[in-house]
Amino acid sequence: MVDPTKHETHEGSKPSGPKTMGHEWDGIAEYNNPLPRWWVIVFMVCVAWAVVFAVLMPSFPAAKDYFGGMLGYSSRASLRGNLSETADARAPWLEPMKTLDASAIAANPELLQVAMRGGEVIFKENCAACHGVGGVGAKGYPALVDDEWLWGGTIPEIVQTITHGARNEDPSSHASLMPAFGRDGILQRAEIMTLADYVLAISQGQAGSDAGRTLFEANCAVCHGANGEGTKENGAPALNNQIWLYGGARNDIVAQITTPQHGVMPSWNGRLSEVDIKQVAVYVHSLGGGQ
Amino acid sequence: MTAVAQTSAARPAEPYLEDIVKKFTVASVFWALVGLFVGVYIAFQLAFPVLNLDLPWTTFGRLRPLHTSAVIFAFGGNVLIGTSFFVVQRTCRASLFGGEPLARFVFWGYQLFIVMAAIGYLTGVTQSKEYAEPEWFVDIWLTIVWVAYLAVFLGTILKREEPHIYVANWFYLAFIVTIALLHVGNNLAVPVSFFGAKSYSAYTGVQDAMTQWWYGHNAVGFFLTAGFLAIMYYFVPKRAERPVYSYRLSIVHFWALIFIYIWAGPHHLHYTALPDWAQTLGMVFSIMLWMPSWGGMINGIMTLSGAWDKLRTDPVLRFLVTAVAFYGMSTFEGPLMSIRAVNSLSHYTDWTIGHVHAGALGWVAMISFGALYHLVPVLWKRAGLYSMRLVSYHFWIATVGIVLYITAMWISGIMQGLMWRAYDEWGFLQYSFIETVEAMHPYYVVRALGGTLFLIGGFVMAYNMYRTVKGDVRVEKPFETAPQSAPAE
Repeated sequence: MVDPTKHETHEGSKPSGPKTMGHEWDGIAEYNNPLPRWWVIVFMVCVAWAVVFAVLMPSFPAAKDYFGGMLGYSSRASLRGNLSETADARAPWLEPMKTLDASAIAANPELLQVAMRGGEVIFKENCAACHGVGGVGAKGYPALVDDEWLWGGTIPEIVQTITHGARNEDPSSHASLMPAFGRDGILQRAEIMTLADYVLAISQGQAGSDAGRTLFEANCAVCHGANGEGTKENGAPALNNQIWLYGGARNDIVAQITTPQHGVMPSWNGRLSEVDIKQVAVYVHSLGGGQ
Repeated sequence: MTAVAQTSAARPAEPYLEDIVKKFTVASVFWALVGLFVGVYIAFQLAFPVLNLDLPWTTFGRLRPLHTSAVIFAFGGNVLIGTSFFVVQRTCRASLFGGEPLARFVFWGYQLFIVMAAIGYLTGVTQSKEYAEPEWFVDIWLTIVWVAYLAVFLGTILKREEPHIYVANWFYLAFIVTIALLHVGNNLAVPVSFFGAKSYSAYTGVQDAMTQWWYGHNAVGFFLTAGFLAIMYYFVPKRAERPVYSYRLSIVHFWALIFIYIWAGPHHLHYTALPDWAQTLGMVFSIMLWMPSWGGMINGIMTLSGAWDKLRTDPVLRFLVTAVAFYGMSTFEGPLMSIRAVNSLSHYTDWTIGHVHAGALGWVAMISFGALYHLVPVLWKRAGLYSMRLVSYHFWIATVGIVLYITAMWISGIMQGLMWRAYDEWGFLQYSFIETVEAMHPYYVVRALGGTLFLIGGFVMAYNMYRTVKGDVRVEKPFETAPQSAPAE
């Protein structure tokens, strides 16, 4: 493919002498141009820099320890420095927050400002995955921006819910369960339909059927309230409004009465510090409907 | 000069084995399309998570190693083994040691390794080592195949009829030997049971991490750098029809590269439990690696002295030379990112992904495409490719794809790093993780589009090669071959 003699025609444009090394492999010859000077210089500078840097920084293992370098750098010490800088920045508000309860923090304008910011950060990292950024909620995960609270919307109640969660291994967690009226045969299918229509009606401010009302009073009112206003002792949602935890279509309501879903929230006790919990409670309380 | 010309024209006693190179060429193109397609798919998954399809086999976590292994080991590996079989025969004037049967074992054995690895990825049978995910039984099989490959290659060099070993073969041999060492060293593991797939690594804790990145970084160094430099050293001078720029530089940069690369792995473990002294060593060796890497770029690009006009008329050469330019760019970026202070920003961000793809798409894939375009007409004894215009289209589509990809990743990576480390005046993180993910979305879309362009280019290449093998010639305006009237650049 290659005519080796052809190289001769290009010699004029080559930067140095015309001689190749004299070998050819499959028509490929080699010049023996000197190493580019800039290349050698930069290479040597890099090597010299490497040596100097290795003398200054920890760089070699030894039998028991290691050579620590003349500057005495240590990444652990450097990390400790960074952490203590952060701790210094936090100290002015952290100390008062440790002693005050969450309601008192919310009442102090300066601490409130910090708690709102800190609570937002904690919320986004820990809570937003289920409750949505800004607490908008999702199907099965309560919205925190409205004034309907399953377990109460005062600051101490929010602290309690965050600290212990719901339906988890923490003995203090909220623990109520809605019976599976359909699956366990407590109600017949036709009764569930009647009940679903009744719930749909009261959610729109209508009276609903008498049969539905009878069924509701016998089975639901003890937790959800005589008028469907909900009770926070049982974490039973209000049914007399348009806020739905598991969906407000007739099918959703039937499904929930038949085989209820029971939302679980982790216990944050030990995962978040007490101050973190206070801050995020203040933040959640502020989102819309704090009581 | 004439005496040399006569010896190089002489053919060996046995004919070269080219059918096996054809097999590797076809496999290379096939796996390129598979690997690029999976890459595009997972790029879209990152932008639109619904594409995970809620099935275990199609989640990002399983498809990602399928992509990396398909492009590195399936596409890259077939290109490397195939071209090495082609180059070693011609530059040694000897047919392959072991003949057709041994070479065929290497080919089918290697394809079997790829398929076994891929099935493992999709079904979740893996060990948690990046770029070394296959379990122990797949590793043992690859070791057997690799020893056979080494035997073919080294045996051919030993029975060569040329007095000297050509530089491309040094690089191929360094690649084969070091990969064997890395593969065996990193994959040492104890199987839980003889008939079970599960195994546990022989290393624990930080030693495991260090061994993994000794392997991982040198997979880049010896698979993706040394191996493809071998391709560069044959195909660039061949295509440019010019002598290699400097024999001396090739020796110096070869040994400097081989010696220094092997120490640079710890830079993947900055700011981890790895002792400070090891981090420093990894960093300074990475800095020293800059010029040895660039030695290859200089030799590649300067080989074109006196033949620059060919870039206008030969799009295949344009692939090869652009690849060398991307090689130079990413081997500058690598040492830069190994500096601890830079790494504290870049580590774990998309900047790393962008850097890898500047090397993988710009260097590895482009030089492979150039080599494959050169090989197909030679192997199938055609006068030329079906269409040079299509090669040129492929070049531009792929180049635009790469530029979109790496600029998107630079922006999103640096932004991501800055967002992660931002604190406000009270000592709170400025941004939550999900906010950084939201901010990256547009760049993920751009990246996926860049990848799509690169994949389209791959299909253009496959079509062009298919028509070339069929013996077709496209009626088209030829590139100007007599550039005497063109101004020198």
